Amino acid sequence: MAVKQRIRRSMIFLNTQRAALVKDAFVYHPDCVIFDLEDAVAENEKDSARIQLYQTLKQLDYQGVERWVRVNALDSDLINEDIRAAVAGGAEGIRLPKTETAAEVKAAAQKIEAAEKEFGRTVGQTMLMAALESPLGIMNAYEIATADDRMMGIALSAGDYTRTMHAKRTVAGTELFGARSQMLIAARAAGVMAFDTVYTDTDNEEGFKEELRLIKNMGFDGKSCINPKQIGITHEIFNPSEQEIQHAEHVMEAVQDSKDNGVGVLTVDGKMVDIAWVEGAERTLKLAKAAGIYEGELV
Amino acid sequence: MINSVGRDIPDEYLKNGVEPFQGIYYRDGYTYPKAAPKVSAYVKPTGDKMIASIRGAIIASGLKDGMTISFHHHLRDGDYVVNMVMKEIHQLGIKDLTVCASSLGKAHSYLVPCIEDGTVTGISTSGIRDEIGEVVSEGKLKNPAVIRSHGGRARAIEDGTVKIDVAFIGASTSDAFGNASGKGGQSDTGVLAYADGDAKYANKVVVITDTIVDVPNFPASIKGVDVDYVVKVDSIGDPTKIATGALRLTTDTRELDMAKEVAKCMYYSGYFKDGFSFQTGAGGPSLATTTFLKQYMEQDHITCGWAMGGVTEPIVNLFNEGYIKTVLDDQSFDLAAVASANEGRHFEISASQYANPFNKGAFVNQLNFVILGALEIDTDFNVNVVQGSNGVLRGAPGGHPDTAAGADVSIIVAPLIRSRMPTVRDQVTSVTTPGESIDVVVTDYGVAVNPKRQDLLKAFRQTNIALKSIEELRDLAYQYTGKPAPVEFDDQVVALVEYRDGTIIDTIRKPKSLN
Repeated sequence: MAVKQRIRRSMIFLNTQRAALVKDAFVYHPDCVIFDLEDAVAENEKDSARIQLYQTLKQLDYQGVERWVRVNALDSDLINEDIRAAVAGGAEGIRLPKTETAAEVKAAAQKIEAAEKEFGRTVGQTMLMAALESPLGIMNAYEIATADDRMMGIALSAGDYTRTMHAKRTVAGTELFGARSQMLIAARAAGVMAFDTVYTDTDNEEGFKEELRLIKNMGFDGKSCINPKQIGITHEIFNPSEQEIQHAEHVMEAVQDSKDNGVGVLTVDGKMVDIAWVEGAERTLKLAKAAGIYEGELV
Repeated sequence: MINSVGRDIPDEYLKNGVEPFQGIYYRDGYTYPKAAPKVSAYVKPTGDKMIASIRGAIIASGLKDGMTISFHHHLRDGDYVVNMVMKEIHQLGIKDLTVCASSLGKAHSYLVPCIEDGTVTGISTSGIRDEIGEVVSEGKLKNPAVIRSHGGRARAIEDGTVKIDVAFIGASTSDAFGNASGKGGQSDTGVLAYADGDAKYANKVVVITDTIVDVPNFPASIKGVDVDYVVKVDSIGDPTKIATGALRLTTDTRELDMAKEVAKCMYYSGYFKDGFSFQTGAGGPSLATTTFLKQYMEQDHITCGWAMGGVTEPIVNLFNEGYIKTVLDDQSFDLAAVASANEGRHFEISASQYANPFNKGAFVNQLNFVILGALEIDTDFNVNVVQGSNGVLRGAPGGHPDTAAGADVSIIVAPLIRSRMPTVRDQVTSVTTPGESIDVVVTDYGVAVNPKRQDLLKAFRQTNIALKSIEELRDLAYQYTGKPAPVEFDDQVVALVEYRDGTIIDTIRKPKSLN
């Protein structure tokens, strides 16, 4: 069943054409995998990749790792079969590439619903995520995010976006600042999750960490990955630190104390705190629990 | 007769005191006289050991049909010595020789025509690969090859199972009296550990070098008092294939994850204490384990007392940084190891000191940890490192059975599946190392602990180590590969796998696919 809110720090793209890659990517312990039928797959291998997708979804136990499928673009003649294979195999979600309008999301949702009916799946069980890859997509982010109940999140895809913006990719990522901010605001307003674009310089661990720190602080929920070695690093940065967990625990305990004692002012670690912090503390502990690094009972 | 790992050993190989394998410590306390060499004394001070050619040395040594000759493999894939010697022997028409080598591989391909025409009719070795592995698997060697571990080879030489008539020892440097070393020449090997027993127990000893140095060539791995002849040749090997540059540490996430899990098993085993000892192999995950060990040592403010084995740059780095106090070296794998060998507390040890079960306590007995690879592992934890899943000889026990038997915690690290073949399976093609001596199996899909090690199971259950039973690992592998159909073999036995104590643990037959 669709679980809209869950831990999704890492989403790794897997070329579905490659059996050796898709057979057991769960050993890297990502939160989600994205079986790619789109850009990674050669034009003359689209059919075989789709068959492999179906068999992988049907036959292999992915041990709780969420399975997404990046289908080919809505205007291609491949998407109908892509969606049918993904739904028939029982993928948890479909990632729609190059999304620019709410109408596209609605069109994809209709195709998914038809496939769910065709293959006896529960209608509505297959989630949707939209990749925003153009200025228009970014401008329409909120409408896209709210276009259908299936929407779990929106994701930035920087390659095409940067090109159409006439921008240059920089290490600091200043050229993406507007897009990242705007889509995050849209995602939060729509109540869906937000995912950042891939980091392509797979050998630059420090640069990758810098980018992760940036997007985590901005508020992103997770990162698209292209190499298994990025998964552990992504989790390391996204996981709350021991200090953050302790502070969150203190906040939660202080809330309880103030309720028990009828004290209106919250004091945590010797400092007064705003009641608005409670939500953040709860989120920190939930994330820590989902990541397996917090075993307490406060959430 | 069925031995204690369930393998049927034909009676014809159980003669003259040879017994089937009966447990890893079956021969504890065994008493025997050591085999002494026949020595021709150099009494006159004018004696000259230098001989102008390899052919001259072969003739001088009195090598005849039916004798046994020996080689070491410190020159690894760059070795010229074996082929140079065998070509001369071949041309001299000497037949029916047994070659006792510490390992054989692609550099020794001249043995192939020698096997095919009966120049060589017997082989005993700790490694058998490439063309030689194929020709022996095809049944072209007259007598079954004997596969021995490094410790087993040292034992067989010392207890007289093997009597070496002439040892040919390639050495990086030598003086005119045969004091020889793995350092200071054009083709450095670092140490000459596997040749120690050959020099001490062979009736005739020939040192072959490309670099003659002044007397005395000390410290000497091979002592001149054990050497009959010294031959200078243009080159004993290709330096680029002897000690390679730094073995690149793996960047493969799967291998790194397995290495992390190995280090975690070591850390939580109860044996990870100040002064601990360990040995790792040179394979991807084994080598990478050192990185994670360093992190645990830093975290707990402890150091390693000694590391042993085939020595590699990561070990040398930890040694130079003070994380490892002493290195015991029986083989230098890379340039860093060669440079460090016999400097400071980086000591050369002989194969016997390393692993011989029949001396008065080899270093393997004092190991806390060993990390080893495997081609196949069965649900009784038996390991095969010699025979490919197609039945062809393509591996080396090396020190595998020795260290597994000696170490407090022996850890196998291997991917669960290799190219559609399951590593963990119902039965191994042949047993190299008995499951009795294997404690932990680390794969990319989880970690299995031998049920006889309840202490480790209890300790690991308190951690996030992904524990699975060995049967669960097998089932996971079979989920992908299916159950492999057994390889079909002819009746012809092409090799005997001797356990380190001289008992027979398995036989290897000719695969039908090679007919």
